[in-house]
Amino acid sequence: MLLKNDRISEIIDGKRVIVKKPELLAPAGNLEKLKIAVHYGADAVFIGGQEYSLRANADNFTIEEIREGVEFANRYGAKVYVTANIYAHNENIPGLDDYLRALEDAGVSGIIVADPLIIETARRVAPKLEVHLSTQQSLTNWKAVQFWKEEGLERVVLAREVGAEEIRQIKEKVDIEIEAFIHGAMCSAYSGRCVLSNHMTARDSNRGGCCQSCRWDYDLYQFSDDREIPLFAEGDAPFAMSAKDLNLIRAIPAMIELGVDSLKIEGRMKSIHYVATVVSVYRKVIDAYCADPDHFTIREEWVRELEKCANRETAPSFFNGFPDYTNHMYGTHSRKTTHEFAGLVLGYDPETGIATVQQRNHFRPGDEVEFFGPEIENFTQVIDTIWDEDGNELDAARHPLQIVKFKVKRPLFPYNMMRKEN
Amino acid sequence: MKKPELLVTPTSVSHIDELAAAGADAVIIGEQRYGLRLAGEFSRNDVAAAVKAAHRHGMNVYVAMNAIFHNDKVDELGDYVAFLADVGADAIVFGDPAVLLTVRETAPHMKLHWSTETTATNWYACNYWGRKGAKRAVLARELNMDAILEIKAHAEVEIEVQVHGATCMYQSKRSLIGSYFEYQGKVMEVERKKYEKGMFLYDKERGNKYPIFEDENGTHIMSPNDLCIIDELGDMVEAGIDSFKIDGILHEPRYITEVTKLYRRAIDLCAADRKRYEREKDELLAAVEALQPPHRRIDTGFFFKETIY
Repeated sequence: MLLKNDRISEIIDGKRVIVKKPELLAPAGNLEKLKIAVHYGADAVFIGGQEYSLRANADNFTIEEIREGVEFANRYGAKVYVTANIYAHNENIPGLDDYLRALEDAGVSGIIVADPLIIETARRVAPKLEVHLSTQQSLTNWKAVQFWKEEGLERVVLAREVGAEEIRQIKEKVDIEIEAFIHGAMCSAYSGRCVLSNHMTARDSNRGGCCQSCRWDYDLYQFSDDREIPLFAEGDAPFAMSAKDLNLIRAIPAMIELGVDSLKIEGRMKSIHYVATVVSVYRKVIDAYCADPDHFTIREEWVRELEKCANRETAPSFFNGFPDYTNHMYGTHSRKTTHEFAGLVLGYDPETGIATVQQRNHFRPGDEVEFFGPEIENFTQVIDTIWDEDGNELDAARHPLQIVKFKVKRPLFPYNMMRKEN
Repeated sequence: MKKPELLVTPTSVSHIDELAAAGADAVIIGEQRYGLRLAGEFSRNDVAAAVKAAHRHGMNVYVAMNAIFHNDKVDELGDYVAFLADVGADAIVFGDPAVLLTVRETAPHMKLHWSTETTATNWYACNYWGRKGAKRAVLARELNMDAILEIKAHAEVEIEVQVHGATCMYQSKRSLIGSYFEYQGKVMEVERKKYEKGMFLYDKERGNKYPIFEDENGTHIMSPNDLCIIDELGDMVEAGIDSFKIDGILHEPRYITEVTKLYRRAIDLCAADRKRYEREKDELLAAVEALQPPHRRIDTGFFFKETIY
């Protein structure tokens, strides 16, 4: 465990370098996403099991898949954490012991939890699991962090309402690992303190049933002498509680200098294209900053790269202060991404320069596409002739998961991705 | 049979005398600097006066310190706790563990009630906070009757259940009303208007009106109807639930007093003669309905509702 007074940087050969490099923690909604996240540079992933996690609609992992995921991650030196952050009801108590034992047995490094039931049960039945406090507890001050430290937790995930200065104070006062969100969708409420879903759709938001009622439109009125006065004009965008997605790419240097231990990307429901894009960008930012913090600048191409998979507007939320209206969305709550995932590279023949690609979205000869991946610099090219696996020429790659081949201008590696502009 | 405490929310010090006459056993008060969604704002002087007034009537006074605290207020919690101990408050209502640690340091004999609105959802968690020092757990509103009774059966702490009034659906730290006005370009109105009363969100699809307001703790959205189970208290009284709360937020003092009288009658009847309670409970329910303002209906919340996930 890193101590609060661990040095964040040291002078080596006359140059300052970051010696306390934070963990880059990525979401993985299924085994394929886990492999992509790890391959693209995540130091750790968080996943959900079949129960006790907050994304009832995600694919979620069986214990066997968790075991396979842990083995894959370990080959890269990466860790797997499992979210078990529901607020349990009585009916969720039976089966919890066995589930936690199975996670421990599968080699999971830790669990992310909110409910004291799960915290204490894990301590009792699966003591090898690290216990991290979920953002669902909405931890907002150093003294509450101290409470959980005294309870023996290894790490806490702070509430998304906590800003840079508050993180600094918490780090100064309590010696515990801090995990903080850097990217992804946000609850606009204090996490764990919203039951809109329960009321509006009878789905329990604190057990994974959230239907995102905060992103619906409402009309704001005011009673005045028992008359209902609209607080909007004809044609105005309606009221919403919709928070823009978090994007702290420009704050990564500050996060690192604060000594935050784990930088967390949200989004277990997101595609492999999203996971690959976001993880690879933050990997580059963290590595570049840690190698030479005093000559670091954010490259605008990194910022643009994140835009390619964003389906909502983004904002820095509470990191630098209180969020004003520009942190909220009115009228529209999502948009098409500027780019779409077109194919996953399966192989490349250096003799012929031909790539084998699994189709993920329609493309055809003449389309301009972009390749990216951890081994290569992004490049774009226009696709020429496309063949199927048997060498027959195709007018287009039409079918999902179809295997096709075509010439590429630079070498590619398995798991590289191909995207095209919408 | 042991009667559950009838806990109500006064809007002012003078309201306490009325509520005592109406049959309340205890009150919950406080100020928004430390407490969430209170029916009235009680300064320190008011709290001191309220404790005197309530104790004169033999009522308990619980003071709300259940806000979600940021670092900026942590250092002043001790002073407030010491003040509450000094004036003789009977318990402190908390959600944030920072308050629990502060009470241990400052006033270790002060009783604590654990209340986070939404997260007291199983008996283990209630007992956990009991082991940390809480005497009482205030259950989440999203539980059904069976779950409440099961929690009570396993509980090592007192169990408080809200039986009447608006419940909170959502709390954000964000200034959502203010932001909407800013977005609309009504910059001049933001500071004046965002704290005004009587605002609500209209949900066209469900035909519901959700009260919304902003205060020091952020933006709060409340249930479209008032919870009311005056006619369904029997099993909980028999199970020995320790406290029934009437939350009067968003209502006039007179309404809170009248509803208190009706629940007083319901609890007394139910404890003395359940059969008679069963015969008369529909009249009690009708009496509550007659008190409702035109725009607020009543419902049974989650007591008889299945929630999926």
